[in-house]
Amino acid sequence: MSYEPRIVGFLCNWCSYTGADLAGTSRIHYPANVRVIRVMCSARVDPTFVLKALRAGADGVLVCGCHPGDCHYTEGNYKAMRRFALLQKALRDFGVEPERVRLEWVSASEGQRFADVVTDMTERLRPLGPSRIKPTLEADAVER
Amino acid sequence: MAKLQIALYWAAGCGGCDVAVLDTDAFILTVAELCDIRLWPIAVDGKYEDIEVMADQELDVAFINGAIRTSENEHLAKLLRQKSKVLVAFGSCAHMGGIPGLANFVDREEIFQRAYLDNPSIEPGNRTVPQPESRVNGHTLDIPKFYKRVYRLNDVVDVDYYLPGCPPAPDQVKAAIVAIATGRLPAKGSVVGCSDRAVCDECKRQKEEKKVKKFHRPWQKIQDFEKCLLEQGIVCMGSVTRGGCGVRCPNTGQGCRGCYGPMAGVEDQGAKFLSALTSIIDSKDPAEIEKILEGIPDFPAIAYRFGLPNSLLQRRMRA
Repeated sequence: MSYEPRIVGFLCNWCSYTGADLAGTSRIHYPANVRVIRVMCSARVDPTFVLKALRAGADGVLVCGCHPGDCHYTEGNYKAMRRFALLQKALRDFGVEPERVRLEWVSASEGQRFADVVTDMTERLRPLGPSRIKPTLEADAVER
Repeated sequence: MAKLQIALYWAAGCGGCDVAVLDTDAFILTVAELCDIRLWPIAVDGKYEDIEVMADQELDVAFINGAIRTSENEHLAKLLRQKSKVLVAFGSCAHMGGIPGLANFVDREEIFQRAYLDNPSIEPGNRTVPQPESRVNGHTLDIPKFYKRVYRLNDVVDVDYYLPGCPPAPDQVKAAIVAIATGRLPAKGSVVGCSDRAVCDECKRQKEEKKVKKFHRPWQKIQDFEKCLLEQGIVCMGSVTRGGCGVRCPNTGQGCRGCYGPMAGVEDQGAKFLSALTSIIDSKDPAEIEKILEGIPDFPAIAYRFGLPNSLLQRRMRA
């Protein structure tokens, strides 16, 4: 069977999850590679969640929130923006390709944009192959 | 009362933990009264063979400091586990990998290359490198295997208690030894000799609203000793680190480095610190945020200074 990237998607309740819903009700096709988890705000996405998803074997992690200025909680998405900037840098030192973790703004009316983001991310992940994180750490536990 | 049979072992660490035991000052004499020290490479002439011939669980307690970097570290950890009723991970390295754990950001091969071949202090052309086995006067000598990465103590053996700190505060060491000597033991797996609250909780500095436009290294700024370090743009991990140390670093003008490890229930201290630190950046502009972040050189080495092997990703993945 050919390799299919598995993406964990954290979508904010107010914009991006509704946007993904719109993609569905509008019958827009996008790859089934993303597993969506609804969170109340992109700022709810503790960097621990991203690392944990990667540790558990996800090939990519997608975080979606409201566009800057549109956050239901006024400033949550700015917090996500800042965390993400530093998280990307930190992941480089762990040998994790930057394509594997992505932050996007998707509003409630942007069903098409959500589909495009998932399609694009899936296509960028495919050539990277499966994430090495889980197999590497499992191998470390067996052979020192 | 029969004397407590104890052993102290030094794995991949700097020796500072052994000094922390001696830092208990006159109490060390009480230790000598309460205990028979059966192995303590830095201070007492005990041999590995003496441990090997012991009955299982003959030792009441073994304190192991240092991370697991070599086959010798693992062998001794397993041996002491077998011979001890109680095994304590002593200090940050045994607890979380510690400073040696930072080596997980590079490969074994890179370390070898740097230490034995490319190091500027090595005479050019000198290719003297250690061999796994060598023959001297008809005898074969071998050296322990250098593992491909650094492990925590509990990656190789079952650990009863963790005594955190780089090094653990002398008062906490004292309290732990007394607790063991008097049989007042907490639940297995407990982190002992520390507080359940963050370092900030014990820190006397004034804390107000945190909004930072620029980060400074400690020597780049004349600091206000009354005011929270983070609010002055000086990186401090107090908010994500267990207290109990006596706020040693912030009290001397340095940010907390996180040596007591994550709070209970936290899986990744560095990730929590990333969250906390970026939350206080006072900007909504991606370009400006990027510029402010440049004030924190080598963030992963700060956030995982004492706990890379204890983090979710544990190491740099091979390319």
